[in-house]
Amino acid sequence: MINKTIFERSAIGRLLLADKAGRYLIGVLLAAMILVPLCNLLMPAGSFFHIPTYVVVLLGKYLCYALLALALDLVWGYCGILSLGHGAFFALGGYAMGMHLMRQIGERGVYGNAELPDFMVFLNWTELPWYWYGFDSFFFAMFMVALVPAALAFVFGWLAFRSRVTGVYLSIITQAMTYALLLAFFRNDMGFGGNNGLTDFKDILGFSLQSDVTRCVLFALSALSVALAYILCRAIVSSKYGRVLVAIRDAESRTRFMGYRVEHFKLFVFVVSAMLAGIAGALYVPQVGIINPGEFGPINSIEIVIWVAIGGRGTLFGAVIGAVAVNYAKTYFTGAFPEVWLFMLGALFVISTLYLPKGIVGVVNQLRERRAERNATSTPEQGAQS
Amino acid sequence: MKLNHIFSALFSFLVLFQLQIVQAEQITPLESEADSALLLNQLVSVKSTSDKKDLINLIAGSNLPQRTRVLTAMQDGDLYYTKADEQLVYAKTHPDGYEISAVVNGEDLGVVGSRKVRKISINNELRTVLRGVLAELAIRSEDAAERLAAAKDLIRSPAPEFLAAIERAKAIESNDKVLESLNIAMAMINLKSDQQVLRLEAIEAFRGTLDSDAMSILAAMQLKDSDGNYLEKDELVRESSAAVLSEMRGQAKIYKLLENAFFGLSLGSVLLLTAVGLAITFGVMGVINMAHGEMMMLGAYTTYVIQLIMPNYIDYSIIVAIPAAFIVSGLVGIVIERGIIRHLYGRPLETLLATFGVSLILQQAVRSIFSPLNKSVSAPSWLSGSWEINGALSLTYNRLYIIIFSLIVLLLLVFLLKKTFVGLQMRAVTQNRAMANSMGIRTGWVDALTFGLGSGIAGIAGVALSQLTNVGPNLGQSYIIDSFMVVVFGGVGNLFGTFFAAMSLGVANKFLEPFAGAVLAKIFVLVFIILFIQWRPRGLFALKGRSVED
Repeated sequence: MINKTIFERSAIGRLLLADKAGRYLIGVLLAAMILVPLCNLLMPAGSFFHIPTYVVVLLGKYLCYALLALALDLVWGYCGILSLGHGAFFALGGYAMGMHLMRQIGERGVYGNAELPDFMVFLNWTELPWYWYGFDSFFFAMFMVALVPAALAFVFGWLAFRSRVTGVYLSIITQAMTYALLLAFFRNDMGFGGNNGLTDFKDILGFSLQSDVTRCVLFALSALSVALAYILCRAIVSSKYGRVLVAIRDAESRTRFMGYRVEHFKLFVFVVSAMLAGIAGALYVPQVGIINPGEFGPINSIEIVIWVAIGGRGTLFGAVIGAVAVNYAKTYFTGAFPEVWLFMLGALFVISTLYLPKGIVGVVNQLRERRAERNATSTPEQGAQS
Repeated sequence: MKLNHIFSALFSFLVLFQLQIVQAEQITPLESEADSALLLNQLVSVKSTSDKKDLINLIAGSNLPQRTRVLTAMQDGDLYYTKADEQLVYAKTHPDGYEISAVVNGEDLGVVGSRKVRKISINNELRTVLRGVLAELAIRSEDAAERLAAAKDLIRSPAPEFLAAIERAKAIESNDKVLESLNIAMAMINLKSDQQVLRLEAIEAFRGTLDSDAMSILAAMQLKDSDGNYLEKDELVRESSAAVLSEMRGQAKIYKLLENAFFGLSLGSVLLLTAVGLAITFGVMGVINMAHGEMMMLGAYTTYVIQLIMPNYIDYSIIVAIPAAFIVSGLVGIVIERGIIRHLYGRPLETLLATFGVSLILQQAVRSIFSPLNKSVSAPSWLSGSWEINGALSLTYNRLYIIIFSLIVLLLLVFLLKKTFVGLQMRAVTQNRAMANSMGIRTGWVDALTFGLGSGIAGIAGVALSQLTNVGPNLGQSYIIDSFMVVVFGGVGNLFGTFFAAMSLGVANKFLEPFAGAVLAKIFVLVFIILFIQWRPRGLFALKGRSVED
């Protein structure tokens, strides 16, 4: 009883009381955060409850995607900014993490150079470029994981929103942005490993990346991050500020004429979203073990949009559901029927836009409403019996 | 007696030959094959250097079909005679001796032991003669291209012994290009003489030409040795060469600029072709068609299939492919419009996603049908080769044709939109759908037609792309972002804007490339467009209106 009142009084508690789906989602995430590592580490290998390590890594990957989808849903679902360049923020966060992990390799690289990563030795570089300074410190790297995407989003958004670039124009120039970064990171001269990217990581904060415990901890951290990011996004969208965002989404000019500085609202939410995407990238890299320029590909960014669209745009938990569901389907179909996967994905795009404008969440809601209607129209006795 | 006879014949030929030197055009025809055999086999019998020299000149001055080959073989030491019957043969080394064939009639005589044949020996003096004679033969060949090649060879290896031959060739040369090359070759030789007047004249002869060898030799004259002294001792010559060199460099720079502009325009034309279909669907209809690139891909694959169907008429297949690709891509476009896009008007972001899905399906379909590997589409012969304007500027035909082709497509499109009834209806629907509908225009039908037109033009672009890049399932993806950039940069709904944007982006890209490299140039252009959009959110030539969206 006392617990409940404390829960009700806390800000997070008040948020979640109004959000039943969110409560379920956070419950599932926290349960997974505890149970998955336990099942992986404590259960014997043959046991029914044992979760193999590759599944843990896979689930961790899905959670990173879920965080990324959450970031996109915040800007697209609530503010109408369809960014086709969110993959760029994800990849930048990933590169920041990758740079830290590269520095951690130290003398264990192929060339045994304590200072320079292998690819720099290979390219006959003699000293570390200035922008690699500081990445040997974990906290500096974590700071950059959020700061670099945020800075890019700030500059880009400040320019774009101030000049009222909206709708498809914005989508296309965000795509141009990620494409330009893709081309840039492919260049060896950039000092980010060129085509091959950053890989061969050994450990993080002294823990081996290959060990099961580290992987479980990374998984748990991913689950925790998704839960925290969800609460943050929920807090943003259910505040007064969030109301303005929705107003901008639905009628930008009217909102501006009512006296709101539309570009400031957009810029804030865009930067927050970019930071979340960067964090997702940083969690992704140690689990997958590689980051390369392919992550900047425009196709990747469009795929994020489809996760959100399929899950249900403008619901936050829909984004999480969509990311996990689509990626599970991708894992399954690329393994079982690789020929079919692109047909499937393409059909998903078409069907979800034509018939499921509100995504999976919309379908579930529709079904629930229909049942509620049926219950309301049916006689009380029948309702009680069923 | 017999020997005597031969020598008298030789003598009479020699007299004739002296005449030929004076009147170079006249070549005495040999009566029969017997005569030519007689002449050639004298190579076996004559021994002294001076006799051989005369004989070489005699052969060169004759109209024997095998003269060039005989003399080349002699120069290379591949000319032998059989000891048994003293027959003149070409010999190639072979593990068991020599593989020989008769010079007179080309008959294959099989392999003989190395002791059965003896080489026609030559010395340095004869080599010099042979070189001069062969060079003269080449620069007086029937074929202008061969003459040009020979003259270029002379430029590369100038030697005083060719001087007389060049003089004679110049007197009868009618082709301007060959004549110019001969002049340069002569100047190259004169530059090596020790008379100052000749050298100055030679340097002056370079003026106005753009030969790269001439430029490098002039540049070499400006160099200093390790002690700081000029390698070229004659100051007058050096100064004059410096002046001519700077003039040549200036001209070369202008031509380089022209060439860059040409490359830029041809890249711009490719962009124009890929973007103009998008300008219709995106600009006129407001539909973001992410499957536009796949329409191009379908056009390219149509070209491939047409070539499979008519393998014996590669030169004409591309002409058949253009309407075929238009029809294939156009029909697919109409199906997409009727099936999907029709339901999504007014929701541009959803259209973007749905058409992206279509693009994935089309890619995978092509991958399943044709395999994921690239297909090779062969170029018709009239597209290969280049138009050489001068030493510094040559325009390849495929680039030239693509510029012309893209302009034709653009003009046809403008004509269709502005001057035909269908175009009128299209514009009416674009400007005010409800009003057009109430005036009796079947807007749905016009939509389908417009989308089909845009897609069909993408198909035509695909035909052009099949000549430039690999035809594979990812062909469309690599162009889609560029074409969107062009349309957005030029201003939506404005074909002239698209034309201007494509050309300026193409030229800008090509002019940036030498300084920044291809990838960085592309990045610069992308960043420029991103910044440009901030300044003019509706593109370069935006349609002005008073309405506010929402």
